[in-house]
Amino acid sequence: MTVKITIDGQSINAQAGDAIVDVAAENGVYIPTLCYVKGKPCLGTCRTCSVKVNGRVMSACTIPVTEGMEIDVNGAEITDMRKALVELLFAEGNHNCPSCEKSGRCELQATGYEVDMMVSRFPYRFTPRVVDHASATVWLERDRCIFCQRCVEFIRDKETNQKIFSIKGRGTHARIEINPTLANKMSAEQVREASDLCPVGCIIDKTQGFNDPIGKRKFEIKSIRARVLDTAAKNMTANQANSLNREHP
Amino acid sequence: MSDNSVTEIFSHELPATQWDPAKKAIEEAKIQVAMIGFCGCWGCHLSFLDMDEAMLSLLDKVTITRSSFTDLKRIPHHCTIGFIEGGIANDENIEVLEHYRENCDILISVGACAVWGGVPAMRNVVPLEECFREAYIDSPTAVPGAKKTIPYHEDIPKITTKVMPCHEVVKMDYFIPGCPPDGEAIFKVLDDLVNGREVDLPSDINRYD
Ligand code: SF4
Ligand code: SF4
Ligand code: SF4
Ligand code: FES
Repeated sequence: MTVKITIDGQSINAQAGDAIVDVAAENGVYIPTLCYVKGKPCLGTCRTCSVKVNGRVMSACTIPVTEGMEIDVNGAEITDMRKALVELLFAEGNHNCPSCEKSGRCELQATGYEVDMMVSRFPYRFTPRVVDHASATVWLERDRCIFCQRCVEFIRDKETNQKIFSIKGRGTHARIEINPTLANKMSAEQVREASDLCPVGCIIDKTQGFNDPIGKRKFEIKSIRARVLDTAAKNMTANQANSLNREHP
Repeated sequence: MSDNSVTEIFSHELPATQWDPAKKAIEEAKIQVAMIGFCGCWGCHLSFLDMDEAMLSLLDKVTITRSSFTDLKRIPHHCTIGFIEGGIANDENIEVLEHYRENCDILISVGACAVWGGVPAMRNVVPLEECFREAYIDSPTAVPGAKKTIPYHEDIPKITTKVMPCHEVVKMDYFIPGCPPDGEAIFKVLDDLVNGREVDLPSDINRYD
């Protein structure tokens, strides 16, 4: 069913049930995300995708569009709110990008650029976080974890479906844990999958280091914004082609 | 122990070659720019030099009073723009940064160290005592047989418990992230300021490493 909504005043026809974040991208409006993985169940942990829906702040990745929604993405207040959320993450963990293997392909860093972060408005906390290298293949750099829970939900033991990663403790005591026995059963491909899925440089594949030279790294070749918008545009064209095919077999 | 009989002389008070008065007047009418490094690696200063020939376009408007070429600890007179490299790691850094704040209209944190602490702030997760012990007592590179001692003297600046970003000590007006930022990024900010535009560092030249 098609519904009519507006994004920043622009009228848009969208499929009811699609997430705001996807509808926006398909219409050329970028909303930053850090925990959302398209095609996977929403985690809703990071709130980086916050927008105003009919005046109320909501996360664009968890809310489906409904008839008549008025969505404010780029208003000054909500834009600054999203920026503050990203700044919080930089102040909470220890993000020394020059010494980070993920630099240049890190979604947090790339999002920092998109929200125009120069410095965090919050005091940098410098909390000591212990590195975990118990697993044979994974290096857990806890300094960089943003607790998005992607690894917790989506990386599981192939045999038993048990979780390999978990978050222990709450609030300032929260920390990401890895089950070394299960981790050691991961194939090289699954290790790579986990390290790619981690939006930051917390899950590091021990066989991978600073593999790409500066200037040739993922988000230097193409920004995260351009990637999101291009993928959405491609999906849009594919969907339109599909629906045309359906209508005129 | 304080020794008040010793008169301190700063380098900028030493005798220097006199400027040609006409040339001096021209330079003094320009926008005065200074740059100083605190706890950093001087890499950001190199990026400042990396502005290369782009800088030529500003030379009729800008003059550089204090930079990596001169070893002045104080700026001789009021400046419009001060670029700061490095985090704040000791009491002398604090004093000099305050001097810059008092004497510059606009202060800019250049590079990760100045912006949030950067490389030197890696010690912030380790208690200071442990840092000292590792550096001076249990140091693997200590000279064998030498007396192990943590240096302490009134002339040696006192280390702060944590390395602080500049803006936790004084108000900073702008921030240029990067370790180091590209010369292009520093130039963009300087060019905006000199030409009276609002400072804007676009996301494609902003970077944190
Ligand atoms: S995880 Fe990302 S933001 Fe954090 S240090 Fe690494 S590159 Fe920088
Ligand atoms: S380790 Fe990575 S994927 Fe897992 S919760 Fe932390 S940031 Fe998210
Ligand atoms: S930001 Fe990087 S390049 Fe600049 S002084 Fe610090 S360590 Fe050196
Ligand atoms: S991307 Fe929406 S809450 Fe994380």
